[in-house]
Amino acid sequence: MEHHLQNLYEVLSKVDGYVYPNEIELNWSILIVLYPYITGLVAGAFILASLERIFKLRVLKPTYGIALLTALSFMLVATMPLISHLGKPMRAYEIMITPHLSSAMAIFGFVYLWYLMVVLLLEIWFDYRRDMVVWANETTGFKRFLYRLLSLYTTDISPKAVALDNKLGYIVTVIGVPSAFLLHGYVGFIFGSIKANPWWSTVLMPVIFLFSAIVSGIALVMLVYIVLTRIRKLSVDMACLDTIARYLFYILIMDFVLEGLDQIHRIYEAEESFEVLHNLVFGRLFFTLFIMQGLLGTIVPLLTLGILQFYKPKEQIRKVIYVVVPLLILMGIFFMRWNVVIGGQLFSKSFYGYTSFKIGLIGTEGYLMAAVWLIVPFLILSFLLWLLPPWKKKEEEESETLVA
Amino acid sequence: MTEPKSKISRRNFFKAGTIIVGGVAVASAFTPFDSFLFASEPPKGKGKWYGIGIDINKCIGCGKCANACKLENNVPMDPFYFRSWVEQYTIKKDGTIKVESPNGGIDGFTQSIPDDEIFKSFFVPKMCNHCAKSPCTQVCPVGATFETPEGIVLVDDNYCIGCRYCVQACPYGCRFINPEKGTAEKCTLCIHRLEKGMQPACFEICPTEARIFGDLNDPESKINDFLKNHTTMVIKPHLNTGSKLFYNALTSEVR
Repeated sequence: MEHHLQNLYEVLSKVDGYVYPNEIELNWSILIVLYPYITGLVAGAFILASLERIFKLRVLKPTYGIALLTALSFMLVATMPLISHLGKPMRAYEIMITPHLSSAMAIFGFVYLWYLMVVLLLEIWFDYRRDMVVWANETTGFKRFLYRLLSLYTTDISPKAVALDNKLGYIVTVIGVPSAFLLHGYVGFIFGSIKANPWWSTVLMPVIFLFSAIVSGIALVMLVYIVLTRIRKLSVDMACLDTIARYLFYILIMDFVLEGLDQIHRIYEAEESFEVLHNLVFGRLFFTLFIMQGLLGTIVPLLTLGILQFYKPKEQIRKVIYVVVPLLILMGIFFMRWNVVIGGQLFSKSFYGYTSFKIGLIGTEGYLMAAVWLIVPFLILSFLLWLLPPWKKKEEEESETLVA
Repeated sequence: MTEPKSKISRRNFFKAGTIIVGGVAVASAFTPFDSFLFASEPPKGKGKWYGIGIDINKCIGCGKCANACKLENNVPMDPFYFRSWVEQYTIKKDGTIKVESPNGGIDGFTQSIPDDEIFKSFFVPKMCNHCAKSPCTQVCPVGATFETPEGIVLVDDNYCIGCRYCVQACPYGCRFINPEKGTAEKCTLCIHRLEKGMQPACFEICPTEARIFGDLNDPESKINDFLKNHTTMVIKPHLNTGSKLFYNALTSEVR
């Protein structure tokens, strides 16, 4: 409390121009930056997995299971920054049991549960059911119990049953793609529907969020796949990485175009808020917007991936590129969320001035806490990969031909 | 002896059950779409419907309103939490605009710009607009913020989860999170005083009677008299929040 006030007095001394007195305090800090970032990674990873499944892109097979488990790991954590940010975290359940339906935020619980329970868990369950039954027979002790429990004590792994698993899994994937779009488009709507804030209030916001989500999710899966292959001391499947990089390039173009369109529209229309936003992006947001998000997070990856479409350097160089580019993209999208969430609160709704953002190392809203919420999903992912290793799955060729 | 078999077979029972449950589910899936219409429907006030009038020409910037509000409503005294505050606008001859509100105007104002550079200067008291289609009510995820039938926007702090979405949604900067309670807080139009037939604290203390309020549905009320006899305007009319705080002599610089 004392520390909080001390912070505010410090921010007060840095206010530039005039802000409403209640605006000196920044209401949504780094945890709310993480929330769209993490949900974006979920949606993106899932969509990459769906590409393989729906469009039968066999070449992406090595990343399918990894993508699904990555999506699940991040999904399980997605609500944590939100809940820990609440002034009254113990009342969080109210949003589920008494949702106020005109609020975009109230729908979050339902979209989240739909996506987690119906889409992700079901798809993974159908995908792994047969393997879990098999693994349960091959293992002993606690692991065996876990597999039994997770397979819900089913034992039928006849070709007919497995074919049904595949069919239902496919249906879930088909439902899953629009659901992933819904999940992240919806997150964009939370910001895009705030008419009080001209930096947020754009009809393009859900679409921009969606495409940046896909970009970040694909980049993450690429990295996880490379690191995992390295840990397992195998060589990466270059055909797979090349294909992912190509899709990443296409979607990055769409993302870039959409964000560009948003900015062009703002500049051309130059509404009442133009001046304050202009000074914002060239002032307090310059570094995070132009350098981190624009140059390093978008332009450099775009050019690099673009060149790869015409000129293929040696495998060794491509391998390096496929590590560096996803890292840059992940950083760029993080700063995109930062620029939206923090940027949208740095200027006054009176359009007469700017406040500033101060973040500490410790505390529930500090850097360390934020780092925790970014590390936890990787711990969950490690556990899931140990429990459900996609590379140990039995080949499904015969059962899939049955479906077809 | 065997029990007589029920005429309702298990199959029929499930069939009927499915139809009923499914029907209810489908029907309830459609009603929430009304929620989209929150801001596009006209306001519904029928009985008493409070509106507020502030006469900028009468405000002398004493800041007593901001102070009275804090004392009456136990608002934290630090300069980051205000339900009511006063802004000083100074428009210079070169066209630049300076806005100030040191400690919300509670300690009064000094003019930092030399007289010969000033084109004009005036004070604007700010408070919740008690919007009829209030964006803060619209976005509250649990319905802790609500509009009373008299058109007063309130927060139930036993219910608020402190998500801060309403603070983001208010175009006028009228909300904050109470640092001790962790819940949203805003002007209540001193409803606890209204119920006793008293005026809100900021209205009562104003030495120049720059603030008035009353029932917009009563043609004889003070607020309707104010609206009739002055050229009034709301702040940020383009946002269509249904603001019920009407200013006399409001100029385009005020946001």
